[in-house]
Amino acid sequence: MTAPLTLLDKLWSSHEITRRDDGVSLLWVDRHLVHEGSHHAFAKLADRGLRVAEPSLTLAVTDHYAPVRNRETGGSTKQIREMVDRLRRNAAAHDITLLGLDDPRQGIVHVVGPELGLTLPGLSINCGDSHTSTHGAFGALAFGIGATEVAHVLATQTIWQKKPPVMRLRFTGRLGPGVGAKDLALNWIARLGADSARGHALEYAGPVVEAFSMEARMTLCNLSIEGGARFGMIAPDTATSTYVEGRTFAPKGQALERAKAAWGELNSDTDAEFSREASFDAAEIAPIVTWGTRPDQAAPVTSSVPGHASDALEYMDLRAGQPLDGIPVDQVFIGSCTNARIEDLRAAAAVLSGRRSRVPGMIAPGSMAVKRQAEEEGLDQIFISAGLEWVSAGCSMCVGMNGDQVGPGKRCASTTNRNFRGRQGPGARTHLMSPAMVAAAAVTGTITDVRPMLAGREVA
Amino acid sequence: MTGWTVHSGRAVSLPLDGVDTDQIIPARFMSQPRSAGYGEFLLHDMRQDPGFPLDAPAAQGASVLVSGRNFGSGSSREAAVYALVDAGFCAVIAPSFGDIFSANAVNNGLAPIQLSKAEVDLLHSQISAGTSSVDLDLEAGSLSLGRTSFEFSLDPVWTQKLIEGWDDIDLTHAWTATIAEFRKADRTARDWAWPKCGPD
Ligand code: SF4
Repeated sequence: MTAPLTLLDKLWSSHEITRRDDGVSLLWVDRHLVHEGSHHAFAKLADRGLRVAEPSLTLAVTDHYAPVRNRETGGSTKQIREMVDRLRRNAAAHDITLLGLDDPRQGIVHVVGPELGLTLPGLSINCGDSHTSTHGAFGALAFGIGATEVAHVLATQTIWQKKPPVMRLRFTGRLGPGVGAKDLALNWIARLGADSARGHALEYAGPVVEAFSMEARMTLCNLSIEGGARFGMIAPDTATSTYVEGRTFAPKGQALERAKAAWGELNSDTDAEFSREASFDAAEIAPIVTWGTRPDQAAPVTSSVPGHASDALEYMDLRAGQPLDGIPVDQVFIGSCTNARIEDLRAAAAVLSGRRSRVPGMIAPGSMAVKRQAEEEGLDQIFISAGLEWVSAGCSMCVGMNGDQVGPGKRCASTTNRNFRGRQGPGARTHLMSPAMVAAAAVTGTITDVRPMLAGREVA
Repeated sequence: MTGWTVHSGRAVSLPLDGVDTDQIIPARFMSQPRSAGYGEFLLHDMRQDPGFPLDAPAAQGASVLVSGRNFGSGSSREAAVYALVDAGFCAVIAPSFGDIFSANAVNNGLAPIQLSKAEVDLLHSQISAGTSSVDLDLEAGSLSLGRTSFEFSLDPVWTQKLIEGWDDIDLTHAWTATIAEFRKADRTARDWAWPKCGPD
């Protein structure tokens, strides 16, 4: 009898080229995604006169520095234009397909991969970005890497990695209305801690995850790194193959049949052992917002700022004991690889429809394809009528590299993934929450429980 | 990259938990080529505070940074490691580190040394009491600050990489034939995994 295997075991063994005596494996990389930030890795390659080993397994996307308005300028400063152009030159020099600013397929790398069918169950996917765990939503072995590792993947299409132990998070029960994947993720991170999954791969399971759409699964896996894990994954099922089928680069015909047979094996065996497990009852979860400067400094919107005076509270200009509901915000942002897919925009539109935003804000769709779809559904009109700015696709205010920043001391309700000091701009104060919650904050101008605002409305 | 085994230098204390990569190097500096030197970007925005520990006269020339829990959490930006290395650091000591940060650190000769919280707290208090001379030995897994010694265990793979100054790309070339064999077999076994446009 063979020992029961976890999903990670199965993904690992199908990509392991060799394992050294010290236990480190050399893994084959099926897809390598690069962006403007990968310039250090290309420079390392150039220093050694090396070529990209597998250009056809490599995709370059302009996202981190992408201007989301006035695209024709190529960026608002010389430095930004240079970053955008440097990626173009590196991609051209190495025959890598580039989804640049004028490409209708352009978008945030973790939104675009799945959209194009480049992300598939059973693949190994790397990118020089810590939110690469997003692709694990398809049952892929996906993890973020640093520039030295990016250079290694470019040069060899492989990566050295030690297999981590697996921590399984199970979500049971039913999520209440107005509560979604973002709340689920911030909830477990707040309860277990921002470094709780350090050194582990996460597998998400349970009826709540099974009932999730692919978009919701991506949000959940995306935030794995915010709990300390480099990998997050979910076993593929029919929802996964339904999403994938028919996409540009997805297998077709006979190859698809063979793929589906392989994908059917991609789950943890019933009696597989996990190094750690935790279980959560979804019914207990209320919409969550962050109050501090780490993603685990988060609490239900119905509660108060916890703890005692601290550096984080000073930075955020909040008092312990102050109710979260009612904290005024200066602006809102809906965007990022965490929450800018079509479902996220629908959830925000369900709240904003027929209402006005009291504060300025911006909505940056995750990709140009998401943008087109939202416009077909008329969501852009809802956002514009609410007084919010509807722009093109890119990382934008998630990280501020393209110049879109939250001003010093300003408070932003944001659908992004990091509330670190200065993440959205020097001195910026970020409150992370779901798209529906950001929409509610826009309407009232304060952090607000979205649930009563959904009464009588159709929620996607 | 040149490797190192022992180091004698001075330690500086930054007793904060969760010093994340966005603080270690704010995003706006990351478009510079490495040759520009990343040292001056290190913890740039935090350093605007007068009295920031790294800017104290006693901290000048420090090469070992002692910090708090979950150091280097957050993004995969290797620039965070460049900033530390270019500012002259060769080791960071903390109760825990972000996973990607540690991997990036080892790839650039920066040792991420984990000690217990109690040990790290002791280091902080000794440094603030004026002791800063530190000795590190990667091979022995030992560290001493003034007259107090500590033992640490670094992943043996990382220790070896730091000591040899190894570069993975060079190492992997030894496996070129094995990789080629894997690739060939995989194209048949998992033909569906290779990207295609249009029907097959
Ligand atoms: S949207 Fe934010 S987190 Fe996602 S890839 Fe872009 S910068 Fe990184």
